[in-house]
Amino acid sequence: MPLIKIRDLHFYRGNRAIFEGVNIDIERGKVTAIMGPSGTGKTTLLKLIGGQLRPDKGTIEVDGQNVHKLSRSDLYELRKRMGMLFQSGALLTDLTVYDNVAFPLREHTNLPESMIRDLVLMKLQAVGLRNARNLQPAELSGGMARRVALARAVALEPMMIMYDEPFTGQDPISMGTLVNLIHRMNDAMGLTSIVVSHDVAETAEIADYIYLLSGGKIIEHGSPVQLRRSGSQWVQQFMQGLPDGPVPFHYAGPDFDEDLLKPEEYA
Amino acid sequence: MINLIRSLGRWGLGTFERLGRGHLFLLHILAGIPGLFLRFSLVIQQVYSVGVLSLLIILISGLFVGMVLGLQGYNTLVDFGAEESLGVLVSLSLVRELGPVVSALLFAGRAGSALTAEIGLMKSTEQLSGMEMMAVDPIRRVIAPRFMAGLISMPLLAAIFSAVGIIGAFLVGHGLLGVDDGAFWSQMQAKTDFYDDIMNGVIKSVVFGFVVTWIALFEGHDAIPTSEGVGRATTRTVVHSAFAILGLDFVLTALMFGDE
Ligand SMILES: Nc1ncnc2c1ncn2[C@@H]1O[C@H](COP(=O)(O)OP(=O)(O)OP(=O)(O)O)[C@@H](O)[C@H]1O
Ligand SMILES: [Mg+2]
Repeated sequence: MPLIKIRDLHFYRGNRAIFEGVNIDIERGKVTAIMGPSGTGKTTLLKLIGGQLRPDKGTIEVDGQNVHKLSRSDLYELRKRMGMLFQSGALLTDLTVYDNVAFPLREHTNLPESMIRDLVLMKLQAVGLRNARNLQPAELSGGMARRVALARAVALEPMMIMYDEPFTGQDPISMGTLVNLIHRMNDAMGLTSIVVSHDVAETAEIADYIYLLSGGKIIEHGSPVQLRRSGSQWVQQFMQGLPDGPVPFHYAGPDFDEDLLKPEEYA
Repeated sequence: MINLIRSLGRWGLGTFERLGRGHLFLLHILAGIPGLFLRFSLVIQQVYSVGVLSLLIILISGLFVGMVLGLQGYNTLVDFGAEESLGVLVSLSLVRELGPVVSALLFAGRAGSALTAEIGLMKSTEQLSGMEMMAVDPIRRVIAPRFMAGLISMPLLAAIFSAVGIIGAFLVGHGLLGVDDGAFWSQMQAKTDFYDDIMNGVIKSVVFGFVVTWIALFEGHDAIPTSEGVGRATTRTVVHSAFAILGLDFVLTALMFGDE
């Protein structure tokens, strides 16, 4: 049985459809990537899985439980077993790096400080920032902040982690480390990972399975090898990063030429 | 015309919707308060940033308001040969009215705006969402302690304001204008009633503390998560708090002293 089962998901922002009938299965112990152009709703999908947004139609099951039918306290219990890495890091700005990583441990366990210290240092060591533990979040670069957020997300040893764009803002060295780390954690801790990203090369390297999302639908899914061999023009364009093809770069609306002929719009 | 009615209707609906959300928010906060007694250090930290950091402005304003009251009161009373009653005049105006009202207005400007900006920024940087995903309820962990701190700080600040104001009036009245110090204090003691005057003043400041902190936290939590949205929410906190304080002051005064 898959860890996450999404069936016939519909979600709207005002009149705009973000998802229209999406089905996704996320297998236990695997790294599943969800890829798609900017603004297709990848972050939204993670928030739906985490129960922060409600679908307009369809169901999302995590570990056999329908996320949106749970009581508040059951949802919170489930969230303790889900880690999430926000696109922005979402570190608490009034706490140091150390206290940020210690935060979930202090909130949800009664461990003595000495043990919390060991756990926090271990997690920070894994992301290479043990010696940055006394810095304030404002003193970190974007990439460093995201690595601290990763250490925090695994502090409670969850069953799964959702990574929202883990690779953006990483230099090649920490990128490599991060790719490695996600992979290692997945195998060593028996985690299930969901990686949302548009870094095709890095994601294809670690993903066991990829879903391609566009225009509110799953366009294609399969292993990285299967996708590279796919006959679909869309998939080829996305995987190779070609500027021209069926994926529009522009937000939907009238043509550029048409707009140029309307100088009175902002007059 | 139709457009006017339509926009009036939209405004009305929006206002009532916000009002409803504000009350649900309050219920959620109140539900989180019992849990705070297990982790009172969270509240203490907030009493520091909400209350202690507002002390300076309260002390200085209280002193000056008291000194002005001393001067003005003396000038009026001396015409009737009643300058000995300066102490009563000053203490009653401060304890009943000026203490709770002015300190609440200052509190809204100093602490309320800071609370709104802080919560609004935490929202816009996804810190609140992040907490939710870590299974920590931000209303219990972040908002409720601040609410409690506002509730504790406001009456204390108002009391300090009144006390400092009375000292200011004494300095001016006795030191500068030569009012007899024995008469100043003894008349004040005789004519200021603990229940009618002091307790009613305390009740007012508790109510103001409750309302200002509630408005400030709600505006922050409900702010549009952009820098502009947070800026506007901060302004709204100060404006709405001022209206609420002055309006409630009239209602409370009518209830407390209306039948005398
Ligand atoms: N709070 C919101 N209110 C209204 N619309 C929103 C809101 N948040 C996101 N959207 C819209 O939903 C769509 C999906 O947003 P989302 O953040 O999920 O995209 P994404 O796939 O994560 O993009 P990116 O790769 O750039 O992070 C966007 O087109 C955006 O305009
Ligand atoms: Mg996103």
